[in-house]
Amino acid sequence: MQKIGVFVCWCGSNIAATVDVAAVVEALKKQPGVVYATDYQYMCSASGQNLIKDAIKEYGLTGVVVCSCSPRMHEATFRKTVQAAGLNPYMLEIANIREQCSWIHKDIKEGTEKAIILGAAAIAKVQLNAPLYSQTSPVVKRALVIGGGIAGIQTALDIADAGFEVDIVEKKPTIGGKMSQLDKTFPTLDCAACILTPKMVDAGAHEKINLYTYCEVEKVEGFVGNFSVTIKQKPRYIDATKCTGCGACVEKCPSKKTPNEFNMGLDNRTAIYIPFAQAVPKLAVIDKDACIHFKNGKCGLCVRTCEAGAINYDQTEEFITREYGAIVVATGFNQIKPTNFDEYLYNQSKDVVTSLEFERIMNAAGPTKGHLVRPSNGKQPKNIVFVQCVGSRGTSCRDKSYCSKICCMYTAKHAMLVKDHHPEIDVTVFYIDVRTPGKNFDEFYRRAVEQYGVHYIKGMVGKVEEADGTLKVQASDLLDNRQILMDADMVVLAAAIEPDPTARSIATMLTASMDTNDFFTEAHAKLRPVESPTAGIFLSGVCQGPKDIPETVAQASAAAAKVIGLLAKDHLLCNACVAHSDETLCNGCSQCANVCAYGAITYEDRLVMDKGVRETRRVAVVNEAICQGCGACTVTCPSGAMDLRGFANNQIMAEVDAICK
Amino acid sequence: MQVNEIEKKEYTPLIVAFCCNWCSYAGADLAGSSRLNYPANVKIIRVPCSCRVNPLFILRAFQRGADGVIMCGCHPGDCHYSTGNYYARRRMTLLFSMLDYLGIERARTRVEWVSAAEGAKFAAVMNEFAETINRLGENRKLRDLRCEK
Amino acid sequence: MAVDKETILRISGVNPRQCMKCGKCSGTCPAYNEMEYHPHQFVSMVENGNLEPLLKSESLYLCLSCMACVQRCPRQVAPGKLVEAVRLAVVRQQNMDHLVPDQIPAMLDPELPQQAIVSAFRKYKK
Repeated sequence: MQKIGVFVCWCGSNIAATVDVAAVVEALKKQPGVVYATDYQYMCSASGQNLIKDAIKEYGLTGVVVCSCSPRMHEATFRKTVQAAGLNPYMLEIANIREQCSWIHKDIKEGTEKAIILGAAAIAKVQLNAPLYSQTSPVVKRALVIGGGIAGIQTALDIADAGFEVDIVEKKPTIGGKMSQLDKTFPTLDCAACILTPKMVDAGAHEKINLYTYCEVEKVEGFVGNFSVTIKQKPRYIDATKCTGCGACVEKCPSKKTPNEFNMGLDNRTAIYIPFAQAVPKLAVIDKDACIHFKNGKCGLCVRTCEAGAINYDQTEEFITREYGAIVVATGFNQIKPTNFDEYLYNQSKDVVTSLEFERIMNAAGPTKGHLVRPSNGKQPKNIVFVQCVGSRGTSCRDKSYCSKICCMYTAKHAMLVKDHHPEIDVTVFYIDVRTPGKNFDEFYRRAVEQYGVHYIKGMVGKVEEADGTLKVQASDLLDNRQILMDADMVVLAAAIEPDPTARSIATMLTASMDTNDFFTEAHAKLRPVESPTAGIFLSGVCQGPKDIPETVAQASAAAAKVIGLLAKDHLLCNACVAHSDETLCNGCSQCANVCAYGAITYEDRLVMDKGVRETRRVAVVNEAICQGCGACTVTCPSGAMDLRGFANNQIMAEVDAICK
Repeated sequence: MQVNEIEKKEYTPLIVAFCCNWCSYAGADLAGSSRLNYPANVKIIRVPCSCRVNPLFILRAFQRGADGVIMCGCHPGDCHYSTGNYYARRRMTLLFSMLDYLGIERARTRVEWVSAAEGAKFAAVMNEFAETINRLGENRKLRDLRCEK
Repeated sequence: MAVDKETILRISGVNPRQCMKCGKCSGTCPAYNEMEYHPHQFVSMVENGNLEPLLKSESLYLCLSCMACVQRCPRQVAPGKLVEAVRLAVVRQQNMDHLVPDQIPAMLDPELPQQAIVSAFRKYKK
C-alpha cells in the first residue's frame, strides 16, 4: 500500500470559488492509502512546492496527488518537486479540478462533489503507480540535410560552422536548387547567382560538409539521435575523382537534342553535360537516355576527348548507409506546368511562358543571353502581359487551394526589370490582390507602379487567343467595370508552386506528417515552426509551406539551431511512459509490431520459464528509446502481455472504478 | 407504465469521457479556460492516445454503473502518433456493433474528434451527449449489481 | 415580387460566398459587352440580396449559357448557373404576364444567338 499525500490547490479563487477546498481535503483523507491531505492557496508557488517537499519527508510519502490545474500546465513542475524530495517523478498524479471542474461549474456543491471524485480517481491511480526511469540513447553527432537548395545549403553551413558533420543529399547533379535558376531577387534586385554561388562554393569546400549529389534517400530507419539512412548514388558514368569539369567532353558530344532542364527546356543540352557553369560539384554527368553509346554502343567521343580518363560507362548504382542524429528536410518546390489551363494557351503558344521560364529568358546566362525576346520568333516584344494567381487560391481540381505567396513580388520584379531594360515595352499585370507583406515589399511594388509605370489591372484574364502572330488577351477590369481585349507579344503566367513530388515518399520514410497539399506539417503552427512532430526531423524552406528567399534562409538557420541543440547533447532522455511486454504471456503473434507506427517492437527468441517448464519462445521486445507511448499495441495484444507504463491497464481500470463508484 | 417514477426523478446520469492527451484533453482544457459549461457528471480520463482505449475499459465503465461512455481523439489524419485514432475508430466500430447486437442503446456510446483548438466543440458535444443520456435514462442492462454496495 | 436570395441559391445550388472577386468570369464572358450586369456583378448582387435590378434586366436573356465562366471559375462559384437561376425565377413567377407574345418580335436581336436555342443545345448535347 502506498502512503499517499493529497495537496489541494485553491488557485487563488479560481478553484476555491466553486469548489469547497476544505471539504475536498476532508473527503480525500478518508480514501484508502491517504496519510496526509492539505490545501494551499497557490500550490505551484515556491512555498506551495516546499509544502509538498516537507510533507514527503515528514510523512514518508510514496505517492503524491495534486488537485490543481491541468496536468498539461504543471505536471512537469510538480514532477520536479517530488523528485527534489527524493521521490520518483512518476509517483505523482494530478487531478484536474480547475479546467475540468471549477471553471465549468457554477454550483459549489456540484463542483465539490466532482472535485472529490476526480481526486479519488487520481488516488486510485497513484496506488498502482510504479517508479519509472527514462532510458537514455546516445546521439550520433552528424546531421543529414535532404535537398541542396538555398534552404539545405544554409542549414548545412550553420550546422557545420557549429562544428558538426553534415551530409547534403541532392537528387540533381549539382546543389543550388531553384535559386540558381533565378535572375534577380526581390526586393533589393541582387543577382541571385552573386549571392548564392559563394554559399554553394562554401558548402562544397567546407571540411564538415559532405555533398551527396545525384543521390536519393532510399531508406530511413531508427529514431531521434540514431537514424540510419541508406543513400542511393545514381551513376554519373563519370569518375568524380578524375573529372576536372573542363567541359571538353560537352563540346564534343554529338547528341545535342535533349531539353535543358536548367533553362526550363527553352534550349537544348548535350547528353554529357555540366548543369551550369557555377555547378557545385563541377562534374560532368551522362544522361543515359540521350547518350548514343548507351543506345547502340557506338560513339565514345567523350572517352576519347577526356584527358583525365574520367568517363566510365560501367558505373552502376551504389548504396551508402550512414548514421545520423538529426535529419533536416529541405526538399523545396516546383512551379506547376499550367498545361491544364487551356484558356491561357500555354500548350499552344511558345510566347506564353511561366514565370520561371521568363526568369531564364531574363537571365544573362540563360538561353537568350539575357536578351528579352519572344520565344516564337526571337524578336523583342512590344507588350507583355503578366497573369497572377494561375493555379493558386482555387478550389477546382486543377488549382492549389493556397496562395503561393511569392508570385506577387516576383511579378512586380519581372515587370520592373522589363521596364528598366526596355522602357518602351508596355507592361500590364492582371491581379486579384497584390499581397506584399514583407520588409520593403510594398514599397517595391509601388515603385513598379509609380516609378516604372507598370499597368496594374484588377481582374483576371479570361482567355488568350493567338491571331496573326500575336496574342489576344481578353480580361476584365473590375474597377473600370469593362472588358479588355488587348494585344500582347508575350504572356507570363505566375503559376502556382507545389512541393517537390519526392517529398511524399520522403515523408513516408521519415514518418513525418504532411498536410493535404503535401507540405510538411510543423510540430506547432506558431511555437515550433521548424520541427516536424516526429522527433529528430526538422523542416527547412518551402517543403513546409510557400515562402520567399529571406524567409527560407531564416527558417533554414532556425532549423540548424534546433539541430545543433540536439547534436550538442551526448544522450537523449527517452519517454518513460513506454510499452513493455510480459514475456511469459507473449505468444509472439506479431500483432503489436503491425500496429506500431514507429517500428519500436521487434521479436527475440528468449528462454522463458513458464509453469516450471523452461522453453525458448519468440517474444515481443519493445525498444524503449523508440517507443513514443501511444498504447496502440496494448489494446491490440490478444494475450494481454503488452502494457503501457504510466497508463497501465489496471491504472485506467482503477480510475474508471473510482469515477463510477 | 413507467418503471420507478420516483427513482427516475433523482437520477443524474454518469458519463465517462476518454480523452487523448494531445487533442481532446487539451480541447477540454480550452473549454475550461473559455468557461464553457457542461454538466458536472461528465468525468474525463486522460489517455495518451485514443488508441490506448481498450474496449474493455468501456465495458468496465458500463459494468460499474456508467450510463454513457464517450471517446474523444484527434481528428483523423491529425493523430499525434500518426495512426492511433484510425485503430481506435476501427475498434470502436466493432465494439459498438457488438453492443448493438447485445441490445444496448447505440446512443450510449459515442466517438468524437475534438482538436486542441475546439473547446467550444468539446463543451457542445458533452452537453449534447449528456442530454442524450438523460433522455435514455439509467443504464440497467450492463450494470453489474454485484459491483454495487 | 416574391423572389428572394434563398430562392436563387436553392435553384442554382451556388454559394456566392466562395467568390474571391477575381473577375475571371467577366474576363472570359463572350457576351460581356451586351450585358448590363456582368457575370461577376451577378455573383455579388445575389450575395448582397440586390435582386430587383437583376430580375428586370435584359442581361438575363443575353447570357449565352456558354458556361465558360462556370468552367473557368477558380472557386467553383458558377456564375452562369446563377444567371440561369435568376432567369428561372422570373419565368416561374405566375400570373405576372411578364411577356406578351406580341412583344417578342420587337425584342428579338438578330445579332445574337437566341439564348433559349443555345441553352437547349447545351442541355441536350448528350
